[in-house]
This record gives sequence, structure tokens and C-alpha cells, in this order.
Amino acid sequence: MLKIKNLEAGYGKIRVLKRISLHVNPGEIVTLIGANGAGKTTLLAAITGLIRATAGEILLKGDNLERLKPEGIVFRGCSLVPEGRQVFATMNVRENLVLGAYVQHRQGKRQLQEGIEYIYDLFPVLRERRHQLAGTLSGGEQQMLAMGRALMAKPALLMLDEPSTGLAPLIVKNIFQIITRLREAGNTVLLIEQNAKAALRVADRGYVLETGKIILEGSSEDLLTNRDVQRAYLGRDVKEN
Amino acid sequence: MYWDQEKECISRENLEQLQLERLQSTLYRVATHVPFYRQKFKELKVDPDGFRALSELAKLPFTTKQDLRDNYPYGLFAVPLRDVVRVHSSSGTTGQATVVGYTRNDIKTWSELTARVLTGAGVTNDDVVQIAFGYGLFTGGFGLHYGAERVGASVIPISSGNTKRQIQIMQDFRTTALICTPSYALVLADTMEEMGINTSSLSLKYGLFGGEPWSEAMRHEIQNKLGIIATDNYGLSEIMGPGVAGECQECNGLHLNEDHFLYEVINPETLEPVKPGEIGELVITTLTKEAFPVIRYRTRDLTRIIEEPCPCGRTLRRMERVMGRTDDMLIVKGVNVYPSQIEHILFEIEGTKPHYQIVVEREGRLDKITVLVEVVESIFFDEMKKQREMIETIKRQLASELGIGVEVKLVEEKTLERSEGKAKRVIDKRRL
Repeated sequence: MLKIKNLEAGYGKIRVLKRISLHVNPGEIVTLIGANGAGKTTLLAAITGLIRATAGEILLKGDNLERLKPEGIVFRGCSLVPEGRQVFATMNVRENLVLGAYVQHRQGKRQLQEGIEYIYDLFPVLRERRHQLAGTLSGGEQQMLAMGRALMAKPALLMLDEPSTGLAPLIVKNIFQIITRLREAGNTVLLIEQNAKAALRVADRGYVLETGKIILEGSSEDLLTNRDVQRAYLGRDVKEN
Repeated sequence: MYWDQEKECISRENLEQLQLERLQSTLYRVATHVPFYRQKFKELKVDPDGFRALSELAKLPFTTKQDLRDNYPYGLFAVPLRDVVRVHSSSGTTGQATVVGYTRNDIKTWSELTARVLTGAGVTNDDVVQIAFGYGLFTGGFGLHYGAERVGASVIPISSGNTKRQIQIMQDFRTTALICTPSYALVLADTMEEMGINTSSLSLKYGLFGGEPWSEAMRHEIQNKLGIIATDNYGLSEIMGPGVAGECQECNGLHLNEDHFLYEVINPETLEPVKPGEIGELVITTLTKEAFPVIRYRTRDLTRIIEEPCPCGRTLRRMERVMGRTDDMLIVKGVNVYPSQIEHILFEIEGTKPHYQIVVEREGRLDKITVLVEVVESIFFDEMKKQREMIETIKRQLASELGIGVEVKLVEEKTLERSEGKAKRVIDKRRL
């Protein structure tokens, strides 16, 4: 689905991503874990076209994305749920979802309504709040709305940037359950998370990003038991000799 | 039957992406954690972060057996010992022993890969697997043991030796799959013959053999005597142990586990990669090993990579059975000649016996190579014309395989010297 080879990108003279190669197979949940400043969000910015890659290749279903504008990339089937949700606060829930379907604007009213109903089934709380302004929702509800809005585009690849940030633990658990359900519904997900343990529990595979480089790749199971990952990201107390 | 169809039938394009990703992170890890590689990269001016494509592999440094010895015991480990759950060691019969280590994840990967090899050879969870490889510091026993358990077979960890007991257990426990060296399989077969045991009364179906080079002739002999499908598998402790490559039931080359290792074939003299399909020294880079990653390890084993797809459906390429060691290589008239190439051709020709000798001499300034080959007695009763035809056929085929002219002499059965251990195939009379 997504294939990245030797990607380099940054801001001005600062090279944040040094040489990133990764891939996401169809139907997979892949997580990218790493500390603050490792380059996770920069990577998403490069994939979505918000910044230009200075070297390397980004392929979505075999098509190069590096030269496309952000809207072109969305039309190719790549949707982002940004960090901090970024819902349209002064619009109601339904309107937010309709906007998410922008790339599907050629579809008829009936399909649009079906899409919205599908999102309501996935997140029943959004149906209850459908006439409420997005800005008045709780953090967890806003996260669900942001995910629902991205799904309205029927993306081939859904990218989630730190969906657990700033949410209460119980809500976080709920969000990760929803991510698992997304896979069951056949979605392909690239999940960026600081909460490495939770992310690895829902993902099939993972990559560890450190100072702009991928230092480890493996099945989630393997990464969870890797001692380096445990020490650096899972907060496991390992006695030093 | 596949063990891990997604990986064993992966498309070339997806495989190469995976290999690149894994090699890049392996390079990062060895450069960070192994002083030996940090030093090598510095000497060769290789920037491990600058590696962009698999085609740049030849720029990376080699690792040799000597490097392993120089860093004895733990110098090449990429993780601290507290992360190592297992240590194995090579026998040290050809010099100082070498030591390798495994993390918990390495053992898991090892089990997966030997499970692939076992499944390819026909073993399922219905089988009773008798593992007659040594357990202990040698990797053979444990490696296949894990894989057999992973497959769900019933494992008999009998280890090597005590032939009568092996046979007893094989009969009583109704062993269906035998794992040992090919020569030991023949010892078992011969002993059973002496004991008057009819091998068709056994439950044996499959045999997985490895640990030493063997020939197609031996495969036929084992298959006929034991009534099994005999497959070849390959491994070495420096890389992982068994699980590095294994034959499927097509019995026509060993599938390489290319998602976990990169395989190259080089000319052992020039160290350059050979042309696709040519014979040379196998060089392996690990892609997922945590405790003991190696970059371009020179195995000293001779083989060639088979590019053609296998009818079994696996997309992982194959290598031909190991044809010998680089130490056996001869250079005649500037051409690399391996005794196994000659053996291979003689084996194909009717009337020859599997005994031959290669004599290399220098006449004036030119190398001359003569192959003495034992033939069945009847040839000598035949008219001269037949003998001449046979000589011409052998000459022609050897010349086309080796690229140099070769003299051929037919000798009667049992006239060439026999040795107790390894046969002496080459007599080099050149004084250089």
C-alpha cells in the first residue's frame, strides 16, 4: 500500500528525517514509535505533502507522491487524522463529517448519507451528538470525530498522529479499541504514537524511529520483547549492572 | 505446504523493500554497538547511514571466520550479555572455536525458519521426528528441535550416536521423519540391512539431511534404502545454525530465507560478485539477528544461486547443494576449477563409477589437467571405439563446463586409491 524508500526531509537547513525506509501492507496496522523530536510528525508531513521531501521516494499503491500537493495526495487515498484532532469547532458533528467526504463529492446524496451512517455505527456517540457543535465535544469525542471525518474520504491509507495525546486513560483505551475495529473493517492504518505499549498491542508491525532514522523494524510481538525498546519506550525498569 | 505463505511467496518487489529496511537498521545497529564494524566502516570509508540500495551491498566489508576468532568470545555481540539467552559454539576442529549468541527474539526467529525448512520437507504436526543431530554446543540439534516443536510434531531428541538404539527407537516409536547427516542416514540403513531389518516395515516418510556436503547419488541411495523423500538443508552456526536454507519436496535446490538473510555469491579470488547463476563462494548478511548480526560473512561454501522459479510456488530463490569448500578450489590456466564440477559431470555419464582423481601437472609453462575415472568393467571388454566415444563425451562436457581443455583416462574399477576419511580427489604435481 505505502512504500517509502530513503526519504529525507526537514525544515529549512535542518534535516530531520535522515533516511527513512518503511512500508505498510494492505490491511495492516503499522505503528511508528519514537521519542519526542525523533521525526514522527515530520514524516507524516512529508507523506501528506505539507513539506517537500528533499530525497527519496514515497509510493502509494505504486504512485509517487513526492511531487503532489497535499490535496492531490488526499485524492490519491491518503487521509490524516492530525495531532490535536483539529476539528472545525464552530460546525456541528454532521457538517464536519460532510466536509470529510469532500474528495468523494461526486457521490450522490444517498451514498453520502450511507457513509455518515457507517461512521455513526462505528462511533455511536457521534450519532447522539450529531447536531452539537464540534467545539463543545469532549477530547475523546473530538478524536472520534476527527477519525470519522478522515474515514469519510474512504481512504486507502489512514494515518493517525498521536491519537491518545491529552486523553484520559479510559478514553485512550476506547480509542485503541476503535483502531482495532478499523482493521477488522479492512482499513490500512499507519499509527504514530508516543504511547508505545498501547500502539504495539494493536499493531501488526512496528518501526522504531530515533533521531530521524529507523533503528528497528519487526512484528509488534518482537518489538514488545526487544530489550532496547523496553528500556527506551516502554518504561520498563531494567537494572543496569 | 507452506509454513509462512505470506513470506515464502512474497513478491520480489516487496521482498526487496523489506530487505532494504532491515539492512538499513542492521547497519545502524552494528555501527552503534559493535566496535569491529565501526572500525571496518571507518577503514573502508563506508557511511552506514548513507546506504541507499541493495545494489550497494558490495561496498560493505566482509566478515571472515578469522574475524570471529579474533573477537573471541563476545567481541562481535551487538547486545549486552544480559540480553543473551543462549550461547553456541562451533566445534573448533579447523582451529580456535568461535562463539555466537541469541536473544529471546533470535531463538523465536530461529524456530520460525527451521519450521519453514521442516514444512517444506513434508513434516507436519502428525509426524514423529527423530532428531539424531548432536545437542549441545553444536547448533544442529536445538535448531531443528525448536522448528519441529513449532510445527507441532512429536519430537524425539535422541541426539547423535548409538546406532542400535536409534534403530530400536525408530521402530518402537514409529518415527516418520529422520533428521541427521546424510552419511549417518547411510550408516543407519546399512546397519539395518546387517540386522536383517526390512526398512519397508518402518514408518519413515521423510528425511532432512544436512551438516555436510553430499551428492545426488547419495540422495538416491538414501531414498532407495530407507524408502523416504530425502531433502537437503543448510546452515552454519556463524549465521544461525540450521534454517538458513532448505529444500522443498521438489528436491531441486535449497530455498533461501531471503527475508531474514541476504545471499551473495562471489569469486573467492577476486572477491567480486559472480555473474547470476555462476558458481562461487556463498556470502551471507543477517537482516534480523539481534545478538549476533554479521555483515557479508564469507561461508567458504561453494554453490550457485538458482534464479529460475521453483514449481512449488515459493518465490524465495534457491541455491544449489553445497558443492564443496573454497579451500578445495584449483586454479588451472587461470581458471577456477572445483572438483565438484567435475564430479557432477561424471555422475551424469553412464558407465562411470563415483571414483575419480584429478591430476594437475605443468608441462613447460602450461598447466595440464588429467581426470582419471573408474568405469564399469564391461567397457573394457567392449570394442575400442566405445571407449574412445566415452572419453570424447567426457572431454567435451568437461571442456564446456570448465572452459578449459582436459585430458581424460579411463581406469578399471577399484584401481584408484581409497582413503578412510575424506577421499583424496586432487593430486597437484605443479611446483610453483
